Amino acid sequence: MKLLFERSRPGRRECLLPPCDVPAAAFSSSALRASAPRLPEISEIDLGRHYTELASQTHGVNKGFYPLGSCTMKYNPRINEEMAALPGFTDIHPLQPVETAQGCLEVLYEAERLLCEITGMDGMTFQPAAGAHGEYTGLLLIRRYHQSRNDAARTKIIVPDSAHGTNPASASMAGFTVVSVPSNADGGVDIEALRKAVGPDAAGLMLTNPNTLGLFDPNILEITRIVHEAGGLCYYDGANLNAVMGQARPGDMGFDCVHLNLHKTFSTPHGGGGPGSGPAGCKAFLEPFLPSPRVRKENGRYSLYDPERSLGRVRSFYGNFLVVVRALTYILTLGREGIPEASAMAVLNANYLMKKLAGHYDMAYDALCMHEFVMTLEKLKNETGVSAMDVAKSLLDYGIHPPTMYFPLIVHEALMVEPTETESPETLDAAADAFLAILEKAKTDAAYLHGAPHRCPIGRPDEVRAARVPVLRWNFDSENDK
Amino acid sequence: MGNYIPATAEERQAMLATLGLRSVDELFASVPAEVRVRSLNLPDGLSEMEVSRKIGDLAAKNIRFRSVFRGAGAYRHYIPAVVKTVTSREEFVTAYTPYQAEISQGVLQSIFEYQTQICELTGMDVSNASVYDGAVAAAEAALMCLERRRHGVLVAGSADPQTIAVIQTYCESRSVPVTVLPTKNGAVDPADLTAALSDETACVYVQSPNYYGVLEDMDALTAAAHEAGARMVMSANPISLGLLKTPGEYGADIAVGEGQPLGLPLSFGGPYLGFMACKKELMRRLPGRIVGQTEDHEGRRCFVLTLQAREQHIRREKASSNICSNEALCAMTASVYLAAMGPQGLRRAAENSAAHAHYLAAELAKIPGFALRHQGREFFHEFLTDCPMDPERLCAALAERGILGGLPVEGGLLWCCTELCGKKDMDELITAIREVCAQ
Repeated sequence: MKLLFERSRPGRRECLLPPCDVPAAAFSSSALRASAPRLPEISEIDLGRHYTELASQTHGVNKGFYPLGSCTMKYNPRINEEMAALPGFTDIHPLQPVETAQGCLEVLYEAERLLCEITGMDGMTFQPAAGAHGEYTGLLLIRRYHQSRNDAARTKIIVPDSAHGTNPASASMAGFTVVSVPSNADGGVDIEALRKAVGPDAAGLMLTNPNTLGLFDPNILEITRIVHEAGGLCYYDGANLNAVMGQARPGDMGFDCVHLNLHKTFSTPHGGGGPGSGPAGCKAFLEPFLPSPRVRKENGRYSLYDPERSLGRVRSFYGNFLVVVRALTYILTLGREGIPEASAMAVLNANYLMKKLAGHYDMAYDALCMHEFVMTLEKLKNETGVSAMDVAKSLLDYGIHPPTMYFPLIVHEALMVEPTETESPETLDAAADAFLAILEKAKTDAAYLHGAPHRCPIGRPDEVRAARVPVLRWNFDSENDK
Repeated sequence: MGNYIPATAEERQAMLATLGLRSVDELFASVPAEVRVRSLNLPDGLSEMEVSRKIGDLAAKNIRFRSVFRGAGAYRHYIPAVVKTVTSREEFVTAYTPYQAEISQGVLQSIFEYQTQICELTGMDVSNASVYDGAVAAAEAALMCLERRRHGVLVAGSADPQTIAVIQTYCESRSVPVTVLPTKNGAVDPADLTAALSDETACVYVQSPNYYGVLEDMDALTAAAHEAGARMVMSANPISLGLLKTPGEYGADIAVGEGQPLGLPLSFGGPYLGFMACKKELMRRLPGRIVGQTEDHEGRRCFVLTLQAREQHIRREKASSNICSNEALCAMTASVYLAAMGPQGLRRAAENSAAHAHYLAAELAKIPGFALRHQGREFFHEFLTDCPMDPERLCAALAERGILGGLPVEGGLLWCCTELCGKKDMDELITAIREVCAQ
């Protein structure tokens, strides 16, 4: 595909803005740039065709099955998009007087109320723009809490070895040292190891439940009790909330703060990697530390205020507001019955697909799963040379986005599959057929799978070269590049 | 009511039967009974028609202004029609981070194009794929500059206050001291910077045009920072870069900014995007996704996520940042905007915005009590004036006339003009102010 810059022709332009109707502003010559940025000069028709071509080489949920574990690639309802595009939201300045932005504040207030009910929390901020940002914010709450008690010794955050990479990275950004605890044979937290890890230096525990193996930790109440008894707080990573929303609440499991991924659980689109929204919620005792500003309702009017001991800001304004509009639309649509029904179907779909594959592929754990399951292809690789990567790449030829590969790190040759509730049985059946066909091929023609994909616009890219000789922008001086 | 679940009741029973189960409750056997939800205090679900009414009513409670003379970090510019059409394509909207390059060339190439455009705009060598917003970009840039022996951050007091607050949050949690430099006549005095610099200063953060719209003396400030061995992080309004000198030309090490003016609506503060670009030598310290060009086994040009050794899924607690989801679709929006505008269009947006602001400042100065606060300073499309009455009251009166006036700041008003604020709108504003002041 040609790049925008290769489609550019000097002097080609559109008539988007009128000439200026007042005299030009005079700037001193030293304030002006020496030459214009080399932006593409391109006609609107070519611009449209360019992106149509790019779209044709982009796999989204609306193009095909997307069982990317831990990412909850569920359907993104179109009504959400329509609501988020209402000019009554898009045209509102974030610093308008609050009396003129009552609708926006009501969106934030209502979404906070509903999400607090779903999570069992008391307060929530929408300032974090993504999950990792929400993790960071939640950890800052924990930091502020210990500071407020002059408990400076609590510098460590405990993270299970099955955790997402963002957990240790967020803990580190929040100024904590990371202590990793191993998983037990059933994939849950090793209780004895946890007991040893929590001491007077433990600030808290970060836990994803169900965890990245797709398992709900049956010892959850004991885990949070152990941490609390040691003086630490419990942080719930909401990446996998889609399995349990409406079934079990982090607040009831003993968690003190949470983050959610509205772009996973609450159906807002992923946009090729954002914008997301990672609201951070907490129990009442942490509310005074939440970022500024918060929304309150008094006598039917909404206003903004700064919590008394606020940790400050983690982003400008109030976060990715339009993402919150989408999530609110979704929650109101599903309501009391729809929310638990969605999680139940997410779990049923995952177990159904797992059942169809079990006996052919090895599963990391022999148990009912929650919303996702992890396969281990170690034996297949030893026997046939076909790796998790080969199977993943082969799925591309079936129009299926591969599962998350090589994660969690504690499972060898892992493929993590999350079908979500919005897929039909026939889609799951077709995916199972594809997995089984690939398995047959592995036994007869491993070389074919090593070369997969065969029917995509490109074959496997040379990633080593990309990292060794980084080409991170178009080079205008060598226009004959391939 | 709605739930977007395709499986029928019969199909669900059949699926359960496959598993040897009778009800979905059995799927949750590992969840202790004590934590199972018994009743959920949520409203009943709604049909699409009902929810559309309900959310539409909320949107209708907001006031949309015919004229907007307020910026302060969020700017209403004209958005070409093609931008929305392109970026609402379902393929782009419903994809995720392009982990699988073979079926994600569209998203990957668009990020590569965005990176190139940001480099051109800022005069830098390398750009990432975006971060959450301009304030976070500034904070992440400050963290990029930390060295074992250089652990302090100096921040221009003339920068956006929300950005300063975010820098303080990010630095506080890493125990990095932040010093806010004083402001003189709306800008940082290079002598004050020199006095504050030490051999422990990691970087200096300056925004130009700054919060007051004033152009900082970037040549002197950058020279002072470099003289002391500190890095310069410069934030700029991306529209201004269609016209004004780039961070690269000033010699800055890192360029950041709020990308919202590039085709994104105001949206009550988000989604926006933070752009980040730097000199080559800092490339491996950049946070976030970066797309690079490579080839497949048949020698075809293609694009992949690269330099991942910096990132959290590889490095975990030693990563350059925890960021994974960024603002990809907003970055694509900015890219489509820049492509649609081209160099001439972007320059015209910058020139018209500046021209309007200068016209308005001159007209306001003719009304008693609305003197320009920072005399003798060059400004782009924002400026602070005095206000002879309670600024909130003036704005309330303007709001009744469909005008969003300047932002009350430091007892005065911080005004902003874009290309959308034409002469007619400004003359109407001036008339309205005269009326209100005469009352």
